[in-house]
Amino acid sequence: MSHDLTASSVASPLPASGPQPALPQLAAATSESRFARLTLTITALAFVALFLLLPLAAVFTEALRKGPAEFVAALGDAETFSAIRLTLTVAAIAVPLNLVFGVAAAWAIAKFEFKGKAFLTTLIDLPFSVSPVISGLVFVLLFGSHSLIGPWLQSHGIQILFAVPGLVLATVFVTFPFVARELIPLMQEQGSSDEEAALSLGASGWQTFWHVTLPNIKWGLLYGVLLCNARAMGEFGAVSVVSGHIRGETNTMPLQVEILYNEYNFVAAFAVAALLALLALITLILKTALEIRYSAEIAASRRH
Amino acid sequence: MDVRVHNIRKEFGRFPALDDVSLDIRSGELIALLGPSGSGKTTLLRLVAGLESPTGGTIFFGDEDASQKTVQQRNIGFVFQHYALFRHMTVLDNVAFGLKVRPGHRRPPAAEIRKRALDLLELVQLSGLDKRYPAQLSGGQRQRVALARAMAVEPNVLLLDEPFGALDAQVRKELRKWLREIHDRTGHTTIFVTHDQEEALELADRVVVMSKGAIEQVGTPDEIYDHPVSPFVYGFIGQSNCLAVTLQNGEIWFEDRPIGLRAPAEPDGPANLHFRPHDIELIDGCGGCLAGLVTASRRVAGTRHLELDLGRTHPPVEIELPPERAAAGDHSRIAFRPTKWKLFRDGERQTEDEKAEQQDVEESGETEAFELARTGT
Repeated sequence: MSHDLTASSVASPLPASGPQPALPQLAAATSESRFARLTLTITALAFVALFLLLPLAAVFTEALRKGPAEFVAALGDAETFSAIRLTLTVAAIAVPLNLVFGVAAAWAIAKFEFKGKAFLTTLIDLPFSVSPVISGLVFVLLFGSHSLIGPWLQSHGIQILFAVPGLVLATVFVTFPFVARELIPLMQEQGSSDEEAALSLGASGWQTFWHVTLPNIKWGLLYGVLLCNARAMGEFGAVSVVSGHIRGETNTMPLQVEILYNEYNFVAAFAVAALLALLALITLILKTALEIRYSAEIAASRRH
Repeated sequence: MDVRVHNIRKEFGRFPALDDVSLDIRSGELIALLGPSGSGKTTLLRLVAGLESPTGGTIFFGDEDASQKTVQQRNIGFVFQHYALFRHMTVLDNVAFGLKVRPGHRRPPAAEIRKRALDLLELVQLSGLDKRYPAQLSGGQRQRVALARAMAVEPNVLLLDEPFGALDAQVRKELRKWLREIHDRTGHTTIFVTHDQEEALELADRVVVMSKGAIEQVGTPDEIYDHPVSPFVYGFIGQSNCLAVTLQNGEIWFEDRPIGLRAPAEPDGPANLHFRPHDIELIDGCGGCLAGLVTASRRVAGTRHLELDLGRTHPPVEIELPPERAAAGDHSRIAFRPTKWKLFRDGERQTEDEKAEQQDVEESGETEAFELARTGT
């Protein structure tokens, strides 16, 4: 768009036909040659088609290979249904927890100066940099039958591993950075002067957080929560270690997919996979819809 | 309300931002804290507000010790350089915020809050914009909303941190006049921070000149400009020249000759002579004067600024003349004598160093503003 404008404004002062030779058409400094533009665009499109669209399409075709009736029947299976319910339960507990933890961590890092801040910032990235299997193993070491806490908890009737608490812990650990990572740069950029203004006007700390800080970060927070949710539902590695794979009890959707697949029950495996992919797609569509609906407000909250 | 600052110290880590500062501000006064960046003026303002807590010393609001109170309890109005308006609230909600967040027994009824917010918007000449969001306003309008918001809580003292710093020159001038009018109508005790000397001199009842965490001088704009008490104030307020001179028997000598100025009370020895570019008279012939070659000449508004080379070892001095009296062309010789001047004897080593720096600056053709800040420090 802008390239076209530049080109036409360069061309317009030239007479349509005249004795003097036409000036060579100089492109704007930022516009690449036609060849480069085409190559880049095609590369990007090819990548998206090959690595993103094709697998997605494959999942859905495979799931519907034997017709929609089979698809529905596969999802109606008791064990599969329990896996779906478990996944939603775990996400419903883990995401709100990370919402609170993420806001707290981002608040601490962005608004206060304290010793060890750089260390804390690095620690937040730990779940991203460590393999999810190790994240799961950490909890096995902490709560397993040979650990210090595990037997004591067990004697009091509290089951962590191979139960919902273990799944939630592993999921919280793995998805912790999403909210915090989204908020820290945003809150650092916004600084503390809005909060100082609120405090100077007599607002209490809680009022300031509720009426000033939270509205300022709500879009970043929503984005972080959606990503966190997508990952919480899709997490495989860490959950696999702590789950114990008890059918109908501690299998989440990704684990159920694996089990079904290993049993050569392809339609059922891909049906669950398709549902999981659908949940992820809905998350993304929701995010885009919100962004379009409130684009003006989002832009305003990033300005000045 | 009176504000008294008593022996305030503030250290950030081990770096002292304010060192034993005391200041009395009278009720209803409009006072400017003026100084270069790093002089501690903003720190002092934030200490009065309660946004920072002092390392030592006390602050009184009237007879009450405010230094033990939180920012909420002090009931101040603070205006930030970058407005800090709540971007998700309308203009009206911004102004009403301070009243809405009050606890139940102190909160006026909703209708009353609305009325007061609308009245304030009228006072700051923004009637009709109450439903807009901050992003839909110009910079000047935003700052007026910020001021209305700060005044809504009926503050003990109004504190403004470089309130016009983010605005362009034209708007800044208008808002300056307008702020003075508002102040005269409402009578709030007001402290504002600025690094713009013109703004401070034009707007304030009294100006506090600060440097390196200490107060250099407190006085009316006239006192500050006409009777600076230190080389720093001489150099920072307005333009000035500084010459290294020698005193002999009450006569002032520059290099190898007397310049026709007498300071009978002063003891012999080296000193620094400060004078402003416009406080000079031209002299025909030279029986005791300063004389130099014109090395540069600039027209600035109604006057002509001439740069004079007084000798190889000395940085050029600047004088101002009416254009018709300024000799045309370069390399003509001009003889003159300061009509108003002042001698300072302290910190001479430092002065010499700074002068060497100034020379470098001028040779590299820096702007006038920079040279102005340097001269005579």
